[in-house]
Amino acid sequence: MGSPKLNPVAQHPLPSQVVKEDEPRLVAAAQSGDISAFETLVGRYERKIFRLTQNITQNREDAEDAMQEAFLKAFEHLHEFQGNSRFYTWLVRIAVNQALMKLRRRRPNQISLDEEVDTGEDTVPREVEDWGPSPEQRYEQSELSGILSTVIGELDPAFRIVFQLRDIEELSTEETAEALGLSVPAVKSRLLRARLKLRQKLNRYFQRGGNS
Amino acid sequence: MKCKGLLSELADYLDEMLDPVLRAEIEEHLAKCKNCRIVVNTTKKTIEIFCNSEPVPLPVDTRERLHSALEKRLRRMQA
Repeated sequence: MGSPKLNPVAQHPLPSQVVKEDEPRLVAAAQSGDISAFETLVGRYERKIFRLTQNITQNREDAEDAMQEAFLKAFEHLHEFQGNSRFYTWLVRIAVNQALMKLRRRRPNQISLDEEVDTGEDTVPREVEDWGPSPEQRYEQSELSGILSTVIGELDPAFRIVFQLRDIEELSTEETAEALGLSVPAVKSRLLRARLKLRQKLNRYFQRGGNS
Repeated sequence: MKCKGLLSELADYLDEMLDPVLRAEIEEHLAKCKNCRIVVNTTKKTIEIFCNSEPVPLPVDTRERLHSALEKRLRRMQA
């Protein structure tokens, strides 16, 4: 009998692969002061940037302020954007900084992303209930969004933010490390911990015969 | 390879960044260990679900405030 088939992680397209063809033109036009070109870019990314700032700050008002400041800063500093990275990656870095400032202001003693964090033994999974195929289809889209927002909000910020950048915004490990001022090994260990913790939290929604 | 060894290589395995020898060792273990297989598959699924989730539309009032703030500040910067 053959070994059970393991499906590789779906290779989702990176933002660089789904960038619309007109993006360099829009960025160039915005760099020349064309406000409507910049507004088109804002419209393209506002939902993702708001989700990012919301997931980092876990506070609606802070998320909104951080998003606004991020877009304004992006416009102010657009002449510094050299096109060496994706525009979206550049924008994400600005938004992360704005969101982290809000988070640190609200919880100054709790947030220190560059400190060592315990990535130890509790990552060893204890629950190994299978989910079955397409467990997410048991939920309506809005319900699923609520579940994902709840479980990611339960993570410690040090893990939540790494997961957000690496697995949701699809920055590379190196880009994530650079954006957060962390070493690559620190990003890797936090990412693993975040993925396993999220898996464990999703168990209660997705396991066979679970709360569907 | 044992379960704990697999766990320490899991991130690179999921990101397909392991060298072929280590990868083969992991897959050999996975073929024998149902628990690890479930952990690997459900962790993959976790990443996929988050990655494929569409951000919800901006609340109308949030969007209005954003665009109004942008318009005000951008036009001021242009003046």
